[in-house]
Amino acid sequence: MFSWCTDPDTLEGLAWLSCYLTTGKHMAFYRSFGTVMVLLLVTAPVALAFGFAGAMAARSHFAPLRWLGKGYTAVVRGVPDIAFFLFFVIALDQGIEYLRHRIKCPDWSEPIRQGNDFVVCPAAKMPLSSAPQWVHETYGFALAVITFAIVFGAFAANVLYGGMRAVPRAQMETAEAYGMSRRQAFWRIMVPQMWVYALPGLGNLWMILIKATPLLFLLGVEDIVYWARELGGSKTSAFTYPHPDWRLYYFLALLVFYLLLTRVSEIVLDRLMARLTHGQATSGAKSGGRAADKGLAI
Amino acid sequence: MSACLDTIVAYGLRSIGIGERLLPKRDFTLCEHFTLIGSGLLWNLYFGILAIFFGFFLANAIAMAKANRRWWLRKPAEWFIFIFRGSPLFIQFFLFYEAFVLLPKMGWDINLGFTEITVETRWLTRAWLGALIVLILNTTAYSAEIFYGALKSIPKGDIEAADAYGLTGWKRYRRIIWPTMLRLAWPAYTNEAIFLFHATTLVFFSGFPAWRQKGDALYYASYFADKTFNPFVAYPILAGYFILLTLTVIAVYGAINRRLNRHLPQEARRKLRIRPNVVR
Repeated sequence: MFSWCTDPDTLEGLAWLSCYLTTGKHMAFYRSFGTVMVLLLVTAPVALAFGFAGAMAARSHFAPLRWLGKGYTAVVRGVPDIAFFLFFVIALDQGIEYLRHRIKCPDWSEPIRQGNDFVVCPAAKMPLSSAPQWVHETYGFALAVITFAIVFGAFAANVLYGGMRAVPRAQMETAEAYGMSRRQAFWRIMVPQMWVYALPGLGNLWMILIKATPLLFLLGVEDIVYWARELGGSKTSAFTYPHPDWRLYYFLALLVFYLLLTRVSEIVLDRLMARLTHGQATSGAKSGGRAADKGLAI
Repeated sequence: MSACLDTIVAYGLRSIGIGERLLPKRDFTLCEHFTLIGSGLLWNLYFGILAIFFGFFLANAIAMAKANRRWWLRKPAEWFIFIFRGSPLFIQFFLFYEAFVLLPKMGWDINLGFTEITVETRWLTRAWLGALIVLILNTTAYSAEIFYGALKSIPKGDIEAADAYGLTGWKRYRRIIWPTMLRLAWPAYTNEAIFLFHATTLVFFSGFPAWRQKGDALYYASYFADKTFNPFVAYPILAGYFILLTLTVIAVYGAINRRLNRHLPQEARRKLRIRPNVVR
């Protein structure tokens, strides 16, 4: 990176550190922070969409759809999310390959499950084995996003369902009195109003989503945890930059990163909440002025 | 049927090292799935129950410290809660594991004057102690925040009434503040307990190695899924076990909740609502 980095063995102190921290692998490490942010920014809206669909299904007048909506939230909440992550990544992959197999190789006669193997025809592989590396990485990342969205969609569905129920009944009655149909009343009256009731819950979910991002590591994505373990492990003198086991410091850096991320989110969400609920009698507005009662005598 | 009984005898306590040493390698039966995953659940129960037990007392202390007027009590409590609630449990596991591994290498010796002893840190790198410590600290922070919130929402009238009766200090805390706080905090604390049990599945996926393949329920479930390349059997079984565990926790906490609220008129009682507060 820098001009003095040509021969690291002769370097010492800060110069050594400046070269060490700008190696190609460290650059990949820094880029993986971007991966985490991209995951957050992509997953949040997708999960919200899943949640909205789930909440609508749970409110449906058509019983099977209602059971589906409620069952979706109930099952995801009853089971550890990490189990879901491990399950969906394989299940989605096999599901996609199975569908492609059915479409692309209709006259394939061998069974797909052979003992402990899952065999589809080469044309149905996802991604194709001839595809370049970035396609594989993007596919893995996309699977992770969908998995996160399914799990967090269930939580969002729960929050949005509560938000819809919190919209005052009188609002909906007024809409009906004006002759709106159920659909019109839902989209024109309930949906615009429900957000402010759902916001505390959604904010909470956002924080949870931030704290779930290290699980990307378990899904096989080269994320910050992967690089922290990779770079921190002790390097013998065979390496250009030998050092003892520094994983502790790398994980400390990750800890600080997450603390900053959650703290900033908290401040932004508090501001947003104060702004949106200004003058409204919601639970979000009532919880304002938290700083004032610090150290209250009890 | 008798084959299944043999499996249960061989693998029922495999997760704690009793029974067959080698895990089944191929031709897994449903019975083996149920037995091994169920045996792994012992670890989830161990971590969950002990962490909740110790965390409960610590959380009470931290919540009181955070509500205290004196800054040297309040600030450390606030920072403790911030650090453990603001960062992912997954990262905490990694961090503590590395710290526990490094401790003995740094030569953590204690000089007692007449003799030197080396603090036994070897056990800390094992999951049963090291991961338990992390889980205790983590649940302490989350519960302390819940208890703190409840402390803040104790009706002023209750405390004024206690003052009027001449209750002060420890007596006022023991008889009025603490029971009311617990009553108010209980629904949220139930959530915390549920998700702590879920969080115990992270232990063997985050640095702490499973020694001699003694792992928790998720460890065995992913073992089966890896070997068979079929996630549709092992994970649903795991899910079933955890739904049962969650229902048990709700039943136990619901019973305690009824006892805490037994003096209130029927309609004023707060019902348990399970809200999401998942991954840490």
